[in-house]
Amino acid sequence: MRRHPSFVAGGVLVALWLTAVLVSLAWTPYPPAEIDIPNKLLLPSAAHWLGTDSLGRDIASLLLAGARTSLLVGVAAVGLGALSGTALGLLAAARRGWLDELLMRCADFSFAFPALLTALMLAALYGPGVSTAVAAIGLFNLAVFARISRSAAGAVWSRDFVLAARACGRNRLQITRDHVLPNIAAVLIVQATIQFAVAILAEAALSYLGLGVRPPQPSWGRMLNEAQEFMFQAPQLALYPGIAIALSVLGLNLLGDGLRDLLDPRLARER
Amino acid sequence: MRLDTTATPEALEALNRQLGLDQPPPVRYARWLAGLARGDLGHSVAYDTPVAELIAERLQVTLPLALVAMAFTTLAALALGVYAAARHRRLGDAGVMALSQLGMAVPNFWFAILLILVFAVKLQWFPAGGFAGWDDGAVPALRSLLLPAVALAAVQAAILARVTRSAVLEVMREDFVRTARAHGLTQRAVLWRHVLRNALVPVLTVMGLQFANLITGAIVVEKVFALPGLGLLVFQAIANRDLLVVQDVVMLFAAAVIAINFAVDLLLAALDPRLKAAHR
Repeated sequence: MRRHPSFVAGGVLVALWLTAVLVSLAWTPYPPAEIDIPNKLLLPSAAHWLGTDSLGRDIASLLLAGARTSLLVGVAAVGLGALSGTALGLLAAARRGWLDELLMRCADFSFAFPALLTALMLAALYGPGVSTAVAAIGLFNLAVFARISRSAAGAVWSRDFVLAARACGRNRLQITRDHVLPNIAAVLIVQATIQFAVAILAEAALSYLGLGVRPPQPSWGRMLNEAQEFMFQAPQLALYPGIAIALSVLGLNLLGDGLRDLLDPRLARER
Repeated sequence: MRLDTTATPEALEALNRQLGLDQPPPVRYARWLAGLARGDLGHSVAYDTPVAELIAERLQVTLPLALVAMAFTTLAALALGVYAAARHRRLGDAGVMALSQLGMAVPNFWFAILLILVFAVKLQWFPAGGFAGWDDGAVPALRSLLLPAVALAAVQAAILARVTRSAVLEVMREDFVRTARAHGLTQRAVLWRHVLRNALVPVLTVMGLQFANLITGAIVVEKVFALPGLGLLVFQAIANRDLLVVQDVVMLFAAAVIAINFAVDLLLAALDPRLKAAHR
């Protein structure tokens, strides 16, 4: 473990974030949506550890509940993209031919539409909301996972043991399930960790722009949006949610780097 | 809006016909595509102006913002990346890598807010938002674009510095570098004259890929600084349900991403003839 400092540091940060989510499910110092105007814009104190915002809501409670939102959107968007993207990538690698071409050109095409552009289109059509954010980030992830699993699976398909399996009469589905998927799992896990970090950043950005989760559901991105209005009276409000986002993204990025070194030493980059 | 609540059904129907809303969606979509092909982006319902005019006006903010940010990114990333590679496995290298790891984790809009807090609220060196316009000359305009461009460049530079560092490290292992050193060239001369040029291929490739991030970043940062660029236009259009404007701007962005990546491919082939040979 000592030889993988980034894995350990990332693991600790991610564990902290997950603990915050678990704690927020059972307990927050105050109900996160509770408005208490007489106690607005308080500085940190024993009663309110990180102070209160412009509506008197407890910042610590909002941060804890916001962790839940980021996890929820991340799991939904990355899960959606990873499952369907990997399935398409495996299919393309197994079938080759025109289907492969078609799927990969579609993936190329969708790379010209980053998650934010997709979210803008969806928001214009269906109105903003958490499902808009999940769909946009999920669509982007779908293309990412389709390409990665296609190229990783393509490499496995050209190996001798796959040829042996085919000689034994196994069909494409069986080979994909028993040989290809286990061999590309490491790559997919590492990518999922990194995409999770991307998803948290995207969710925060969308919520900041008002295209993500709707009030009263707490979100780190929207907290920053609200903090910006009170930058002159209460600049401290703009610090906490940003730190929370940066630490969880940093943790996931470090964990992804560490996992790559652990799971696939050949891929370990020169440091 | 064009009609109020007292509008007669006949007036409503006339307007629907005038806007082409009586046609089924596939026909409207085909009309929009045909218009795009002729360079006609359509007419904004909310602004009652051609969308092309709106976009041209807003480009005066977004284009310089993207260019200045790209320049900052390139300068910072090349300097930091080459420096880190030259100090490989020493303190300077570790410092740059830590900084870039941090830069990748910080959301650009939060960094933008921090910049406003420090340079506009506390020090009051720069405006906290808004755009001065080009009428009073370039200085006030660029002054209002400086902080947004820095916010936009920081994240991009963090990623690009990493790529530069590993590309430079890779090239430094090549034989011709040792030969150049043996010829008596200084480390610095070898780095900047021989290594960097060869390391540019992966760096340029990533810069092309980053362009999509730059564009979406610009949309967010424009919102933070209340810059009247294309990003803000899209938000107003979403609020106004002015779908055509959103559609046109999104298509423009996507087309720009594709065009830039194509240009980068051409540039790479010019820079490294081996790449051209590999495709044959």
